[in-house]
Amino acid sequence: MALSREQLAQRVAQELQDGYYVNLGIGIPTLVANYIPEGIEVMLQSENGLLGMGQFPTEEEIDADLINAGKQTVTMATGASVFDSAESFAMIRGGHVDLTVLGAFEVDCNGNIASYMIPGKLIKGMGGAMDLVAGADNIIVTMTHASKHGVSKLLSNCALPLTGKGCIKKVLTDLAFIEIKGGKFHLLERAPGVSIDEIIKLTEGELVIPEHVPEMSF
Amino acid sequence: MAGFDKVVSSYEEAMAGLEDGMTVISGGFGLCGIAENLISEIKRKGTKELTFVSNNCGVDDFGLGVLLPDRQIKKIVASYVGENAEFERQMMSGELEVELTPQGTLAEKMRAGGAGIPAFFTATGYGTPVAEGKEEREINGRMYILEPAITGDFAIVKAWKADRYGNLVFRKTARNFNPMAATAGKITVVEVEEIVEPGELDPDQIHTPGIYVNRVILGTFEKRIEQRTIRTVSS
Repeated sequence: MALSREQLAQRVAQELQDGYYVNLGIGIPTLVANYIPEGIEVMLQSENGLLGMGQFPTEEEIDADLINAGKQTVTMATGASVFDSAESFAMIRGGHVDLTVLGAFEVDCNGNIASYMIPGKLIKGMGGAMDLVAGADNIIVTMTHASKHGVSKLLSNCALPLTGKGCIKKVLTDLAFIEIKGGKFHLLERAPGVSIDEIIKLTEGELVIPEHVPEMSF
Repeated sequence: MAGFDKVVSSYEEAMAGLEDGMTVISGGFGLCGIAENLISEIKRKGTKELTFVSNNCGVDDFGLGVLLPDRQIKKIVASYVGENAEFERQMMSGELEVELTPQGTLAEKMRAGGAGIPAFFTATGYGTPVAEGKEEREINGRMYILEPAITGDFAIVKAWKADRYGNLVFRKTARNFNPMAATAGKITVVEVEEIVEPGELDPDQIHTPGIYVNRVILGTFEKRIEQRTIRTVSS
């Protein structure tokens, strides 16, 4: 079975370590905040200028001056700080964020990522994604492995305009957890009940399959 | 006005000198921390052919979006513009020129512009459409692109409090691009929720020193929320 959005978030959450500063992109990455393992403290960075993002506010707590990068109303966690956008991206570009999780349309086996534009169709802009992929060393891309028509999104070369070049090393799809190194995809784990053949069929870029590929556990 | 007193009493005075074809740098992230009434004044004045430098372009009926129906914006430099139907129409038809710029690069362009740094190298955007036509250089084994700084004829800024000398304090994430925008305008106009006397703000707590600020006006704000997201108390 392909992973649900919640399972994707759960699997990413297993990568969190105590004391991590983490930037979560919009969509599935945001859900990761719901699965922070017990006993682990992480501080969420929101690139509009907040370190220590808390949960959504109650009706009474809503404050128009306090939003996240998805423009949603939020609260501040204990020990939070606020700052301007230049400071925020100094943290990001300067490599101070321990883990970045973001979505993508395509990735390829050279670590390129396309996530912000579909020419002629979707031109909304890159927001902070280009800075995040250029600045972070530890990035997990979450995405579906293929389109609903079965077209692979793990390619030998991205076709869409790039968000970043050679910067992605880990991809978690609904079918597999994959590492990118040496110009190839390497299969690390598969979703429970998903066959290696199915993953091979839906991966267009070169995929290295080790002898043993464990199933993800939750 | 006398001495360091920056306070003006009318919006007409606040935006005096804004002319067709000028560049305006705007603070704000989405609809959070935008100079609502300065934008309304630009609409009222009907100034045209403006270039805006702003992270976003508002929504159809709020924020910078209100300047679109009368075609007051010729060009916008922004990182994310996806919330606005009229914007999309004008962009697709070529009526509106859009220069998509990564958010961190945009913030740094403003910061550099205000700080007298003409350009800077960044890895952001290398190997992407953003790098087209820009100088590339390898530094310590990594590739970077040269991004020019930005300054504006005007900057429009929203702060929480100001004193009469234009020292500013921002509130929570309404700070965002505002401090950098404040440094990058030849004429920086700030709209605030409260004006106090010099000396009332703790010098240690001032986010933007008054040297960057030319005019301060007291405003009332709608503070529209784009994504009203709440949790239920039981969860």
